[in-house]
Amino acid sequence: MRASPLQRLFAAALGWTVALVLFFPIFWMVLTSFKSEGDAIAPRLLFSPTFESYRDVFARADYVAFALNSVVISVGGTVLALLFAIPAAYSMAFHPTDRTRGTLLWMLSTKMLPPVGVLVPIYLLFRSAGLLDTRTGLVAIYALMNLPIVVWMLFTFYKEVPNEILEAGRMDGARTLTEVWFLLLPLTLPGVASTGLLSLILCWNEAFWSLNLTSAGAAPLTAFIASFSSPEGLFFAKLSAASTMAVAPILVFGWFSQRQLVQGLTFGAVK
Amino acid sequence: MVPSVAVLLAWMIVPLVMTVWFSFQRYNLIDPSMTGFAGIDNYRFLVTDPDFWVSLENTLLLVGSVLIVTVGLGTLLAVLFNQPFPGRNIARVLAISPFFVMPTVSALIWKNLLMHPIYGVFGTLASSVGMQPVDWFADYPLASVIAIVSWEWLPFALLILLTAVQSLDHEQREAARMDGAGPIAQFVFITLPHLSRAIGVVIMIETIFLLTVFAEIFVTTSGGPGNATTNLAFLIYARALLQYDIGGASAGGVVAIVLANIVAFFLVRSIARRLEI
Repeated sequence: MRASPLQRLFAAALGWTVALVLFFPIFWMVLTSFKSEGDAIAPRLLFSPTFESYRDVFARADYVAFALNSVVISVGGTVLALLFAIPAAYSMAFHPTDRTRGTLLWMLSTKMLPPVGVLVPIYLLFRSAGLLDTRTGLVAIYALMNLPIVVWMLFTFYKEVPNEILEAGRMDGARTLTEVWFLLLPLTLPGVASTGLLSLILCWNEAFWSLNLTSAGAAPLTAFIASFSSPEGLFFAKLSAASTMAVAPILVFGWFSQRQLVQGLTFGAVK
Repeated sequence: MVPSVAVLLAWMIVPLVMTVWFSFQRYNLIDPSMTGFAGIDNYRFLVTDPDFWVSLENTLLLVGSVLIVTVGLGTLLAVLFNQPFPGRNIARVLAISPFFVMPTVSALIWKNLLMHPIYGVFGTLASSVGMQPVDWFADYPLASVIAIVSWEWLPFALLILLTAVQSLDHEQREAARMDGAGPIAQFVFITLPHLSRAIGVVIMIETIFLLTVFAEIFVTTSGGPGNATTNLAFLIYARALLQYDIGGASAGGVVAIVLANIVAFFLVRSIARRLEI
């Protein structure tokens, strides 16, 4: 499509304005994190940058514990979901039966169950099983929460692998496990990686179960940040520094996996 | 396939059955004397409780407003970011960034750094042009929550709709242009119909998530002032974990599940139609 220079200029001005407005809160958060507490409560652009807040946040020993919880729970939930999902997606993609379609749609429908609807039983079950405020408990919840999306995404990637390649492997005497591990996984590695990435992002940012099922021992960064909401905790620079560190890694992941995100979040309905 | 189906089945059925079961029980975590079958008492109590109706209204207001903002703006922005202009990819990345920010962070950043009446950016801007700063969360609590949630979900709508716009057939637009259709006519008669399916998907998926918005309310207003920002999710949380009324909370949970299922019914149908297996 040909656009006149004037149109392009207009699109550029509008596009950049929108982008900067939408990005402004994040930019302001990062900026505030480099201010001293005194500068932070006076909104202005000029200030003498300092790493004070970052030092303070790190000095609170529990920040590291929260961050570690986030990492362990997100990675654990993702790995567990993949372990369940890879065999499931494999059998659906390569050995479909009459019920495959129905099963896939049913899996999708479990995603529609609102977490609040089942908060009470899960809370009570966790309480009697001693899983409240444990990493194990959250890993299990996160794995189950993302399992439908993970199966769906893997399924769409596996479907693109020609069946002949796997058949050739089978002719050569490969057993199912070898087939999946040595043939399918290397072939679909980018797909599996982006699926894992999406699951990581969703786990990292999850803030319903983590706020309700943890208190101190297993609480991830979402809960740590939430603890800044108390009125006496109005330290804007420290809040910003902690938030920046909590958001930065996942923001970068997100930038790289936008496209897969569309497919994963719409269950492949929009390409 | 069997293990995933089995765990998902357990994950779905067990809590669901328990929720329904509890909703018919007298059950309070700190009052052991309250036991036994309650019949529909929990539901009767729920529907006669003004808080419940307010929370239902707030839930619908929140979902409706955010949908209008995100889908409306999202469609326009998708078309905008489909135009070629210098630095478009970077601008696009900046615009979709809010979606990756965890909800507790975005809520606190908005509440403290932007909307705080004394120290926030908006307040300072207002004072500098001689206007009275607004105490957003005290005066317009629900609107403030809606603003934050819209900011989080606009990038999602933009991302999905942009993907859909990019698959638009160029020859079709070219043909329309040849026939003398202006940009607005092209948008209304070609782009919009093409986007209708993607818009449908965005609406359905956002609705599922928006029905259960929780963290944003938890860290900004805790449902207040009064019950001004209590939605159904927050009401159930307060019933169960602050008042320990398991029976009443479960009855609310059943209502939430029914609401979500109405939406899910349409979503699954619209996706099933496109599924090629």
